[in-house]
Amino acid sequence: MPLDPRLSVLIAEDNAADRMLLSSIISRQGHRVITAANGLEAVAMFEQERPDLVLMDALMPVMDGFEAARRIKLKAGEALVPIIFLTSLTEGEALVRCLDAGGDDFLAKPYNRVILEAKIKAMDRLRRLQATVLEQRDLIARHNEHLLTEQRVAKAVFDKVAHSGCLNAPNIRYLQSPFAVFNGDLLLAAFKPSGGMHVLLGDFTGHGLPAAIGAMPLAEVFYGMTAKGYSLTEILREVNAKLKRILPVGVFCCATLLNISFQRRVCEVWNGGLPDGYLHRIATGERLPLVSRHLPLGVLDPADFKDACEIYPMALGDRVFLLSDGVLETANPAEQMFGESRLLNVFAANRQPDLLFDEIQQALTAFRGEAHDDVSMVEVCMVEADSLPRPALAFVDNGHSSPLDWAASFEFRAQTLKRFNPLPFLLQLLLEVHGLRFQGGALYSVLAELYSNALEHGVLGLDSRLKCDAAGFAEYYRQRSLRLAELDHGYVRFHLQLLPEANGGRLVVKVEDSGPGFDVSTILERQRTAQSLSGRGLSLIRRLSDRSTWADDGRGVSVEFSWIDQA
Amino acid sequence: MAITSLPSDDGQELTIRIQGRFDFGTHQAFRDSYERVNVTPKRYVVDLDHTTYLDSSALGMLLLLRDHAGGDNAQISLVNCNADVRKILAISNFEQLFKII
Repeated sequence: MPLDPRLSVLIAEDNAADRMLLSSIISRQGHRVITAANGLEAVAMFEQERPDLVLMDALMPVMDGFEAARRIKLKAGEALVPIIFLTSLTEGEALVRCLDAGGDDFLAKPYNRVILEAKIKAMDRLRRLQATVLEQRDLIARHNEHLLTEQRVAKAVFDKVAHSGCLNAPNIRYLQSPFAVFNGDLLLAAFKPSGGMHVLLGDFTGHGLPAAIGAMPLAEVFYGMTAKGYSLTEILREVNAKLKRILPVGVFCCATLLNISFQRRVCEVWNGGLPDGYLHRIATGERLPLVSRHLPLGVLDPADFKDACEIYPMALGDRVFLLSDGVLETANPAEQMFGESRLLNVFAANRQPDLLFDEIQQALTAFRGEAHDDVSMVEVCMVEADSLPRPALAFVDNGHSSPLDWAASFEFRAQTLKRFNPLPFLLQLLLEVHGLRFQGGALYSVLAELYSNALEHGVLGLDSRLKCDAAGFAEYYRQRSLRLAELDHGYVRFHLQLLPEANGGRLVVKVEDSGPGFDVSTILERQRTAQSLSGRGLSLIRRLSDRSTWADDGRGVSVEFSWIDQA
Repeated sequence: MAITSLPSDDGQELTIRIQGRFDFGTHQAFRDSYERVNVTPKRYVVDLDHTTYLDSSALGMLLLLRDHAGGDNAQISLVNCNADVRKILAISNFEQLFKII
């Protein structure tokens, strides 16, 4: 508002002499004067001229000052148009009527020009104050609306990225407050090419957009690498390195990652900075805590980062439960936190696993006394591998330049086997062949089984019979990493043959390893009968490929995939 | 909210005391406590004796202090941690970065 001291002042006064007197006083003070001889005229002049201030005689013919003041205040709306009543009335009740009608002040007749001037100045200050308040209120409202629009758009984009996975798979239950993303919470799940699943629950430090922003690259890396068949540890390393590079010091992501294999019925867990998750064994009712063993993602340099995971066998129906610290930090009016022991009480009281989420929510609401809004929980159930849809692989090219007639051999030796996972590399190569893409998942599963058999049983000489119970299972994976670290010779070879056929083609994969081999018929027989934690591998290979044959000495295996062109 | 910092007589060590909640609201005060001192200490001591609560933003602030104090070469002790604070530091495995006493 310009700081022009000149005001336009409406004078409503039925007495012509008084009107002239006031007009001349006010004009001399430098203001512009508009006059009216009664209340009705005053309302009309107000509408026409929109004066800044009104001097209003209380008693006038046609329409008195009280009614005129009411109408003018109504028309002025939110803007403050000060009305000063001019009155010879002195009794209190009449003066109260002036204020009740919307008057802001009054001036007793006869007029004192010094007091009149002072009152006009004071009213002008009030008027400007009100105008400033309104202006700032509107500005804040506009900014707020702008911010909310931005958040809505950001959330829509975020949902597209974050929820492009398989959170809606039938074996996943999750609960995420609608705007938890702006609390920095992130929940991702994706099928691996093998049909297994990667799940991530993350919690970025801080609040609002800065906390949400790191979630985007994390989600992209998670989905991109999972789809290409990279392992959990490779994804962890990439995510950590990326967040370390792009986030400012002091911003990081507490996270738990799960790698669930439905074929092998195992779950691999990495927890860096989130509260304990729980593996719920349905048969015994036991809840195994999944403890944070690492610094959060984005804190350590890639060279210092630790990717060690814990591996747990799971039975059908067993569940893994993860939660963000929003659950434990839900506070009641006395600023006590919900905390771990109350959560464990809810666990202990739980009878039907499917009701656990509702029971936790009820407990939180009862504790806090109102609905909570900063909560992320997820539960993943071990189910039959075939009960879940296998993921369709997505490609950007149309596959018309598909290579059809070639062969390649690879030998991965000890130093490579120690730290390189050749599977994504081989899968990307094979999926250049358009006809193989429709069975990419099966292809990956078979390659993965062949590779881990060749590496673990062949090169490392591990005995899968160790995995007969949970303790042996842990021992198996302890020995695996021990032997791998000490490996100094040995190899795994892949021979790939692509053969065009009349209406399609055929892939032949031969895998050999440097191990001593095994007695093929014994192992196959044992696998057919055993219901142990081990060796679902060979039967899986037989089921998913079109042909599979083992060399008699058990040192080599050959599998075939063929396809018919989809014309 | 009170965050105070006091250098040792020889200026080699700076002790930062945090009273009450250590969370995002104390962000600026915490930074000031080590940036606005006229000494360049070799060691930092963060005294959490009267700290009632610590959230993930506070962990971020500790990382900022660590960065300020020389990153991997920083010498920072977190002392007088109560059970709750110790638990939060343990979940994040901060003992790998700080000396927790």
